[in-house]
Amino acid sequence: MAQIKLSNLRHSYMPSPKGPEDYALKEIDVTWRDGGAYALLGPSGCGKSTLLNIISGLLTPSEGQILFDDRDVTSLPPDQRNIAQVFQFPVIYDTMTVGENLAFPLKNRGVDAATIKRRVDEIAEMLDVSDMLSTRASGLSPDNKQKISMGRGLVRDDVNAVMFDEPLTVIDPHLKWKLRSKLKELHQRVKATMIYVTHDQTEALTFADEVVVMQDGEVVQIGTPVELFERPQHTFVGHFIGSPGMNVLPCEVKGDRAIFEGHEVALEGPTHGDGGRTDLGIRPEYVSFGESGIPAQVTKVADIGRHYVVSAMVGNTALKAVAEHNAPNPGSHVFLQFKPEQSRVYRDGWIATKERGR
Amino acid sequence: MRTENQRAWFFVLPVLALVAFNALVPMMTVVNYSVQETFGNNQFFWEGLGWFEQILRSDRFQAALGRQFLFTFMILIIEVPLGIIVALSMPRKGFWVPVCLVLMALPMLIPWNVVGSMWNIFTLPKIGLLGYFLNDVLGINYDMTQQPLSAWITVIVMDVWHWTSLVVLLCYAGLVSIPDAYYQAAKIDGASPWSVFRYIQLPKMKTVLTIAILLRFMDSFNIYTEPFVLTGGGPGNSTTLLSIDLVKIALGQFDLGPAAAMSLIYFAITLLVSWLFYTLMTKDDAE
Repeated sequence: MAQIKLSNLRHSYMPSPKGPEDYALKEIDVTWRDGGAYALLGPSGCGKSTLLNIISGLLTPSEGQILFDDRDVTSLPPDQRNIAQVFQFPVIYDTMTVGENLAFPLKNRGVDAATIKRRVDEIAEMLDVSDMLSTRASGLSPDNKQKISMGRGLVRDDVNAVMFDEPLTVIDPHLKWKLRSKLKELHQRVKATMIYVTHDQTEALTFADEVVVMQDGEVVQIGTPVELFERPQHTFVGHFIGSPGMNVLPCEVKGDRAIFEGHEVALEGPTHGDGGRTDLGIRPEYVSFGESGIPAQVTKVADIGRHYVVSAMVGNTALKAVAEHNAPNPGSHVFLQFKPEQSRVYRDGWIATKERGR
Repeated sequence: MRTENQRAWFFVLPVLALVAFNALVPMMTVVNYSVQETFGNNQFFWEGLGWFEQILRSDRFQAALGRQFLFTFMILIIEVPLGIIVALSMPRKGFWVPVCLVLMALPMLIPWNVVGSMWNIFTLPKIGLLGYFLNDVLGINYDMTQQPLSAWITVIVMDVWHWTSLVVLLCYAGLVSIPDAYYQAAKIDGASPWSVFRYIQLPKMKTVLTIAILLRFMDSFNIYTEPFVLTGGGPGNSTTLLSIDLVKIALGQFDLGPAAAMSLIYFAITLLVSWLFYTLMTKDDAE
């Protein structure tokens, strides 16, 4: 178990990178607490897998350091870092039985037979695979295979961190839930630092204590799921997290008010900064319908079960609102109200309002 | 119950006709010859299973069969491991991949009789490059036209040169289909290079390797052109493999009956051994 610290990490796949656009990872500085559950969230190609491979040692970063409990491991190979990694597609050794698969990492490290047996039994019991220990691993279903790959990481009691690289990609939807809660349960039992890479916000938000949102090789925000939802630091986070994502509406700023399509909107607090492109960010959940407010015309209403997602036009700008019940009819004219404490201005993508009282 | 459309069978007819004319009909002619005796003039006499008995009991057939098995065994035991080793050492990506692939494919593109002629000229003592080098530079007494051992070594080396590429290319195809994650997981699990080969690469190559072994078995067991051009079955009878002997009986001596019987026995052995190979090698998967 260890605290993981990434300091001034940069990586480029090119031999001599010139500008920042040549870097797959740009300047990463993160500290992950020992025993925490973290998620790396971002769209495909944002650099999250690169980051994961750097932590596990499969890649050496172009610049910067990786510290496990203040020990510099930047140049160590994967087998000396005591980490475990679960890949997108289950990796199992086809010719071995489930038991032999689980014992493999221990055998390679010369652990004695009695300890191997004890650990394998323990892990098998944890993963509910005790009854298949002597069956050939090649015939298992994908979710069980993925459990075995996980087990091979957990079987060593000296693992510093377990890393998951989109581990539920090939799992059937109805088993995803089961496996995800199994993961959560495992985390509570083994207390290893866990890092979970995914592009699925539900997976990230349910698994992690803290989520690292990445875009284009940069960390955009680190926070608890609630923080990411309630107060996105960047329009990207607002858009990427939440379903539907945050409304990002072009606006002008006047003091601590925003002017959106000619209507004044109250904000959570005073704005700062100057120039740049300014947008008003508000989540659909905080847009409500009232007797007065910003006039809009409803274009589409989608019933998604728990609530309605209403698409509307204000002037030439489209936005979305969430209605619990009594959704207006398409084509009707309504008045929208923005919840002031959830209305923020973003300057060039980054948040530019202060919460009142802070 | 829904009536199946039986008209689909008509689509199979052309293929059936083609197969009948290029395989079934000729084969039936051979069966016909194998149970009869002829003295020319298109006069045939019933012989029953006499030719089969005669062939199976003959020392000449048994010796040729023995040589055939020895040859096939030797080339399999050399070509399969060598093919795996070459495939493992080939680059997986980059500039050299196409270069290696083309180099590997070259020997297989050369017509078989040309391969035989090439190796004949190459290995002739005095005038062949290799023959001259071995005899006059290294001082090794080598003459594949006179010494059975030299002839055998030459025939085997020629086949290895000609066909190892097939094993290499098939194994290589198996190797490149292994996702990177397997190697990464093995690294993290602390696996040795041998373990990586034993538990990842070999199992993943198994299917293509089965096909490679099967193809190499059938081809080498039926080999004719290359050794015929190279040694003509000699010196003496030392490299007279089954097919060479068969042609001698059928076209040299014009013994149609025995030759037909021998063909059928030959065919049965090839079929039986191929089936055995295949069943044994795919046995694990069925479990």
